[in-house]
Amino acid sequence: MLSPATSITNATQPQLFPLGDAAVVVQFGESISPAIHLAIQAFNAHLMQQPFIGLRECVPAFTTLTVYYDPWLVSEQSQQPPYERACMILQQRLLAAPPTPAATHHTVNIPVCYGGDLGPDLEVVARHTGLSPAEVIARHSAPKYLVHMIGFAPGFPYLGGLDERLATPRRAEPRPLVPAGAVGIAGAQTGIYSLPTPGGWQLIGRTPLRLFDPTAPDPSLLHAGQHLRFVPIGAAEFQRLSA
Amino acid sequence: MSLRIVRPGLLTTVQDLGRPGYQYLGVVVSGAMDALALRVANLLVGNAQGAAGLEITLLGPTIRFESEQLIALTGANLSPILDGQPMPLHRPVAVRAGTVLAFGAARAGCRAYLAVAGGLAVPLVLGSRATYLRAALGGWHGRALLAGDELPVGEPTAMGQQLRQAVAPASLAASWAAAHWTPGPDLCPTPRSQPIIRAVRGPEYEQFDAASQQTFWREPFALTPAADRMGYRLRGPELRRETEVELLSSAVTFGTMQVPPGGQPIVLLADAQTTGGYPRLAQVITADYGALAQAAPGQALRFQEVSLAEAQALYLAQERRLRNLRRAIEWKLR
Repeated sequence: MLSPATSITNATQPQLFPLGDAAVVVQFGESISPAIHLAIQAFNAHLMQQPFIGLRECVPAFTTLTVYYDPWLVSEQSQQPPYERACMILQQRLLAAPPTPAATHHTVNIPVCYGGDLGPDLEVVARHTGLSPAEVIARHSAPKYLVHMIGFAPGFPYLGGLDERLATPRRAEPRPLVPAGAVGIAGAQTGIYSLPTPGGWQLIGRTPLRLFDPTAPDPSLLHAGQHLRFVPIGAAEFQRLSA
Repeated sequence: MSLRIVRPGLLTTVQDLGRPGYQYLGVVVSGAMDALALRVANLLVGNAQGAAGLEITLLGPTIRFESEQLIALTGANLSPILDGQPMPLHRPVAVRAGTVLAFGAARAGCRAYLAVAGGLAVPLVLGSRATYLRAALGGWHGRALLAGDELPVGEPTAMGQQLRQAVAPASLAASWAAAHWTPGPDLCPTPRSQPIIRAVRGPEYEQFDAASQQTFWREPFALTPAADRMGYRLRGPELRRETEVELLSSAVTFGTMQVPPGGQPIVLLADAQTTGGYPRLAQVITADYGALAQAAPGQALRFQEVSLAEAQALYLAQERRLRNLRRAIEWKLR
């Protein structure tokens, strides 16, 4: 049994546990929140700026930062077993890391042509929500969304901030191929397909921007910690920006 | 210097040790499914362990070496034939220009690795030459090899050149010759038909009911035909969580055993997505990635629990053996 005092301490201190023999998961909390997001961003930035010997890479998610390490390189630094050594380093770094990220990203504007052939499910979302298509567009392009994490596919953002009124279940039958740039809604989430893949999201529009370009110096348009806004554009503007 | 693909085989791709460092952008790591086999093949031809080679799946290609090369084959035994003669595995083989490598039946395992002294000189994409088929990234034009492809080969290292001279055929009549030595079975295991795969508990292990936990370590799980470089769907006794609480997406990796609501596990492999939302029951240990990668659809797998300390001791032992192999090869050339 944990004493109440211990429970409170545990609730505020990140928990460390292994993901196999070459990764430590640092869990900052149990639910999605801006404060937890900022703590993960800050710790990730700290580790990137001052990597420890044997650090391979870090993967931020909603409530966790997973730290991949090389057990051989970590073990060369001490007599301790690699996992214990990695945890010790991370505990020390958690105390040293600043509580919030140094730099805040600017807001990225994502032009979206809503409806028509580019957003074949706009009517579906309108019918499900009882809103007009124009209201769906207005509510989807109003908020400033937070990029919580990139995952599922290269450059694919998990966004926070969708208007609850727009929540619509996935399609019963996924499409065999969704084009890159498709903007969709699935349950209470909205997102942008970064590569052509099969998918079951309700597609309400498409952006002409390329979310993932492996030949670019920075291959991903979006990064965890950024904010974005969807900006409605017409078909002519979409054609112009796609060219 | 190049090698020409005469027939492509079932699925032949350029792979190295993958593309780490970009998972935070959702870029999967990829790389050789049986990384140990590729690393050993590279050491045998004097390459850096992470040089690019070919991953050959079940039905092998036919390859013509357009110039004199030093090559090595490791991993699965897919009955390799060099100019009509069986080619020995797990050793450096010097071939003359024009020699043809073909394959027959899969005898053990399903993925063979061909290393060439100098490595395959395809362009680096995000720091790696590995092919990621789903995003058409890296490798040879982001795709599996096709007949007529001519892959460039890099400059062999000094060690590779010395090895080639040491192994080169003595007789003018022979088109190839193999070294008489080979690493031990620890580094060149013969893939088993019913492998035992060691794993540690996954982050959500405690969420599964006691019966499921016991069943997982006790019963065999069969590989279904839904098996590719991203993962294997397994079929076996149903595995149940005690809770229905939805999880938030978090990192997954090579060897992560996920259990979707249906209760049938999926084990992720080299092309694992970077994050997932299914509960992670177990995590295969790094030292057993190769044994897992060599399993083919229809085969049965058993999972054996080990502690994290054991898993890491096995990891370090494997790394030590690879370093010792490199030293042993250097010693042979003195």
